Amino acid sequence: MNLSWVLTTLVFSPLAGIAVLALLPKTQEKLIKLIGFLATLPPLALGLAAYLHFLDGKKLSDFAVSTEWIQFRGMNVNEPIYSVYYELGLSGFQLLLVVLTAVVATLAAIAARSVKKEWKGFFMLFLLLEIGMLGVFTAENLILFFLFFEITLIPTFFLIGKWGYFEKEKAAYSFLIYNGLGSAVLLIVIMILFAKTGTTNIDLLAHIMTDETAPLSGALKLGLLISLLVAFGVKLPIFPLHSWMLRVHVQAPPAVVMIHSGILLKIGAYGLIRFGMGIFPEQFETLAVAIAILGVINLLYGAFLAFIQTDFKMVLAYSSISHMGIVLIGLAAMNEAGIQGAIFQVISHGLISALLFFLVGVLYERTDTSLIDNLGGLAKGMPITAGFLLAAAMASLGLPGMSGFVSEFMAFLGLFRELPWIAAVGTIGIIMTAAYLLRAVLGMTYGKAHREFVGVADLRGVEFVPVVVLMLLIVLIGVYPSVLSSPLQATLETLMLGLGG
Amino acid sequence: MSLDTLLSYNWSVMVPEFIILGVIALLTIFDLFMPKTLDRKVLGWIGIAAVFAAMVSLVPLAGGPVESILADTFRLDSFAIAFKMLLLGGAGLVLFLAVSYEAKEGLELYKGEFYYLFLTALLGGMIMTSSGDLITLYIGLELLSISSYILAGIRKNNLQSNESAMKYVINGSISSAIILFGLSYVYGLTGSTNLMNIAGQLSQLMDGQQAYLLGLSFLMVLVGLAFKLAAAPFHMWAPDVYQGAPTPVTAFLSVVSKTAGFVIVLRIMLTVFYSAATDGPGSMPIMYDMQNYIAVLAGATMIIGNVVALKQTNIKRLFAYSSIAHAGYLLVALTTMTPNIFYTMWFYLLAYLLMNLGAFAVIQVVTEKTGSEKIGDFAGLYRRAPVLAVAMGILLVSLAGFPGTAGFIGKLNIFIGTFVVQQPHYVLASIMIATTVVSYFYYFGIMVQMFFRPAADESKFNIPFGILVVLIIAVVGSILFGVMPNLALDFMHNNLDVLMDFFS
Repeated sequence: MNLSWVLTTLVFSPLAGIAVLALLPKTQEKLIKLIGFLATLPPLALGLAAYLHFLDGKKLSDFAVSTEWIQFRGMNVNEPIYSVYYELGLSGFQLLLVVLTAVVATLAAIAARSVKKEWKGFFMLFLLLEIGMLGVFTAENLILFFLFFEITLIPTFFLIGKWGYFEKEKAAYSFLIYNGLGSAVLLIVIMILFAKTGTTNIDLLAHIMTDETAPLSGALKLGLLISLLVAFGVKLPIFPLHSWMLRVHVQAPPAVVMIHSGILLKIGAYGLIRFGMGIFPEQFETLAVAIAILGVINLLYGAFLAFIQTDFKMVLAYSSISHMGIVLIGLAAMNEAGIQGAIFQVISHGLISALLFFLVGVLYERTDTSLIDNLGGLAKGMPITAGFLLAAAMASLGLPGMSGFVSEFMAFLGLFRELPWIAAVGTIGIIMTAAYLLRAVLGMTYGKAHREFVGVADLRGVEFVPVVVLMLLIVLIGVYPSVLSSPLQATLETLMLGLGG
Repeated sequence: MSLDTLLSYNWSVMVPEFIILGVIALLTIFDLFMPKTLDRKVLGWIGIAAVFAAMVSLVPLAGGPVESILADTFRLDSFAIAFKMLLLGGAGLVLFLAVSYEAKEGLELYKGEFYYLFLTALLGGMIMTSSGDLITLYIGLELLSISSYILAGIRKNNLQSNESAMKYVINGSISSAIILFGLSYVYGLTGSTNLMNIAGQLSQLMDGQQAYLLGLSFLMVLVGLAFKLAAAPFHMWAPDVYQGAPTPVTAFLSVVSKTAGFVIVLRIMLTVFYSAATDGPGSMPIMYDMQNYIAVLAGATMIIGNVVALKQTNIKRLFAYSSIAHAGYLLVALTTMTPNIFYTMWFYLLAYLLMNLGAFAVIQVVTEKTGSEKIGDFAGLYRRAPVLAVAMGILLVSLAGFPGTAGFIGKLNIFIGTFVVQQPHYVLASIMIATTVVSYFYYFGIMVQMFFRPAADESKFNIPFGILVVLIIAVVGSILFGVMPNLALDFMHNNLDVLMDFFS
């Protein structure tokens, strides 16, 4: 059976939703929200089908598609100097991220029911954003990757700037400029690679780099890798390139933060692993210590600052920085356990932060605040919400049996083998994580009540869907990690081969 | 010259020019004898029809051999056809803007002239693309320039329009003089004004001393043309002229005149200075020797254009600086001189034509409706006229060079050119990409006004037919060529072998 249509359909199916929405009158609030939600289902269904296809023991390369797209011709008309192909494909790692994207997007569409104005524009941009994210994770060449990468920028800019909270425009601008700079650096890297090798196909590039006769000096490769580190460091974010991300987390509407924290930040990690480590394994090795140190700085910086925040959103924002440090730590280990830990952390944090931000959205919608002090006594007023909040926090701090534990454990396991001293410093971060999360969450659930929770409804109806689905996935990964590790096996083997291990 | 020689020429290669010329003459006479009470708008529509007819007549000429008539002063090669298409397309869209432009402040008396002066300017540009001789090149340039001077000042009772015309005349004539002075050296050394002759002679240049003279000539021509292109630091006239001129004229200056400017740059630079050897036959051409000067010009233009644009509050001044910045990107392509240079510049100019004219269409509607040119007047456009706001949004994204739009592919072509040459221009590439990010600030600043800010009043817009045509072509083209750029590139490659034609 020819399955090459699957990925194209998967990536572009939200377009159908956009088209339908464009035809609806903008006053039909209920209908618009319903269509917006339904339009996220086809990618989810196809993503899950692809996962089942894999579980069935069939090859993921069945889905690969490649056709001619752009040719740059020079002197000789018949022989293009450069060709860019339209090529999509899936590896195990990409498959997981696609499924994660589809899941979080669908759940965020449910969260978006709290959007107060201009639903039509919101959902059209939201679906465009989903196309961008799905494309980023399925693109098989750098130019196509870049195209989808930039497509995520514009809708996000508008979603933050128009539907966000008080300082939304500032947040939208700093998002745009930081990420614009990041992608500018990325474009330079892509173009240099393209000009030097004549291709942007990722697998082909990885292959060319191992070739001694390739027209790239070691210094240039190192320069390119450092540029990649900067480009994706903005996205991840790596300290000190993180300030934009705090604003976005605080100012963006809940549905967008779910996407942003759950998926968009992960593009940085994906890029570092797939391009940084995949294309420049040798150079990555020389930078391993620096990356480990950056990772520990991220981990500690995020954790310490999260400890003193009064706004729960800020706690979560710093917590994201801190958790992304673990990704770096895992990668810097350069061994199987470490990389696996890093990838696990990417997925697991995607789910956990989506859950936490959904709950924050629920709280904010009802109480108009996300300050820890103001939310004291939550367990009494909103017991179910408080319970889930506590459970999500436990997952985030790495309680065994939940997804956070597996990833942190493996990442540190990897680093302890290679760079024990740096890893030892890093463990302080784990303790701090427990401290700041418990301080914040217990402050809200059992803290002194400054308000009566009269008339404030607990979780209800459709709100249970995101919470329960995310919680189930978190626990599933925690107790049965091979849902992630079996698709990853092939990816890890390729990466380890590149690293010579 | 006997009648026989005159008749022996293959005049069919000039059909597009003849159509435009004929219609100009016709419109002048119509305008003279039409009763004062009749609306001159019909003349504008005739002009549009003429441009369209010229375009149709141009198509069958594509793919033929190089034709050269009138003692090699007029040549029709693939280069000429490719760029004539751009000029005609641009002028056609500008005329659509012009017929939708509300005449006031003195313009109502000169409406007929308003339309056919666009055509004379266009004719000048077309002559430039087809010039095989320095004289015709200069005549074309002056025809374009003088028509533009009048157009800039055609709102007689508007002070800014007068200032605009005055500044344009003075700066334009000074730059013309500098170009001529520079070219006089070339004539002095070769004794010919024919481009192919000059190229042939200069490639045999033996005397190193003469190369210095040519270097001097190169710098003068470069400075003069930099004035015409509004490249920094010779850009100071552009914001004032753009601001004062009526909006369709501003659009014309920023698109058609700029395209014509790059045409003359390519013609002169690539035939004269690319052939001139610095040190005996076969040595490095002066063009490469002087590459750094163009690079500095390109870098300065990108930086100044983009940075000063940040501070603008007037939408037309903003677009003046934006168009300066875009000239800078195009100069990068000129600096790198890849074998792909024609396709690169042609595609970029095509993309630029679409996105900039579309943007000016929106600007024209909004400024006419609100009566002021402040960027703040775009506030709440999304609520007042969603179609305009969304179209403008797409065009701005294309101007900023985001993927999925023609602007991105254009920039990508230029950008990759900086790396493929033997000595990659890393600095220039970095400036280009960094200033592109700077440009996000002001392009998205307009978006913020349109989409985020509340409107001062909620009255709706009615969009004139002409504006709608321009918007549809611009938006569809920007997206189509962004997603499938090979539609345009393959057409070029299959029909027009510019590189071979240009030097033969």
